[in-house]
Amino acid sequence: MGILSSAASITRYRVDGKIKSSVVETVAEGLKKNAISEIDDDAIEKAVGWTSFETPFQPNFDGSSFVYGSLFVFSLRIDRKQIPTKLVKKHLTLETAKRLAKTSRRFLSKDEKQALKEKITSELAIRMPSTPNLYDILWDYEKSSLYFFTNLRSVNEEIEGLFKRSFMLPLIRIIPYTAADLLSDLTDQERDILLSLSPTHFLN
Amino acid sequence: MIDLSVAYNRYRFLGDEFLTWLWHLIETDSNFFCKIDSDCSALEIGNRMVLENRKGKSVEKITIKGDGAGLEEGKLALQKGALVAELALIFNTGEHQWQFSIKGENLNVSGLKPPGPALPQSPEEMEKFLLDKAQRILKILNFMEMLFKLFIKLRISTKWQSKILPSLKKWLHSGGL
Repeated sequence: MGILSSAASITRYRVDGKIKSSVVETVAEGLKKNAISEIDDDAIEKAVGWTSFETPFQPNFDGSSFVYGSLFVFSLRIDRKQIPTKLVKKHLTLETAKRLAKTSRRFLSKDEKQALKEKITSELAIRMPSTPNLYDILWDYEKSSLYFFTNLRSVNEEIEGLFKRSFMLPLIRIIPYTAADLLSDLTDQERDILLSLSPTHFLN
Repeated sequence: MIDLSVAYNRYRFLGDEFLTWLWHLIETDSNFFCKIDSDCSALEIGNRMVLENRKGKSVEKITIKGDGAGLEEGKLALQKGALVAELALIFNTGEHQWQFSIKGENLNVSGLKPPGPALPQSPEEMEKFLLDKAQRILKILNFMEMLFKLFIKLRISTKWQSKILPSLKKWLHSGGL
């Protein structure tokens, strides 16, 4: 569910810090360096990277293609190959039988089994196309706000890591405490009170 | 700033108190929201509310859902010590409406349905569409941010104990649903 969807789920972030050199160029550089790589003809099972909002299957961050008005708009793409366990099991059983017949042995060692499983998984991964998942991002650089179009915890962790690696800026997730501390214009005295707050007793 | 995972658990009650305060405000001072956003003609409770009671050893969860569902059970749950943990809301301007849900523990917004605009018919229209859509999405997020800011300012002031809490308690025990 992204920006174009009729219903959206959004996690809000505060971008901690500012870019010191040319902003658009630095962002473009970070996006290009960490753009998604195709893994369809590879044994890799998962790829995470940035992609373009309008052309998510042909990432392009040339010029200011990701700048829309005062916003930076792009997407996080996670490609995954989910190799069914039953498929691995089938090939493992067949391959094990072949090897045993060849060597006239009754069993494979634990290490041999493990190595064979890895080989099979890797061969299947090359033959299997990946499934892409897209999560849109609106970054209001001036306001240090970022809106990420998913609430999935595992995907939130992916963006937090990739964003920091790409732009050297940490993302702070907006939760009740950070919303109070960072977005509510509190004075130092009010911040001290916030730290000492405990739940209200609504009942007498 | 304290560690976020510590802060998440230590201050999650603030989100639940915020939503509970919001429900109280919707029922007792509906004009309040126009002061935050002059476009707002009404903020209403939507078709889902989740309440959680964390007073005991285990968490008791009550979900009220469905169009036109009565909120009496929700108020009963509040009287037993529960707080609103998730709330579906409808922001009305008279002409348009935004529907969305917000969770107390992390303030995440889900199911946000802003009004229009129609999907672009050509790539040339994409930028205009996107900026329009973003503006409509951010309108509601900014509105909620303003409300939370007001809540926090109240929550850390002496007014919380002297005025807001008595009003909340009075509402809690009133039959005004």
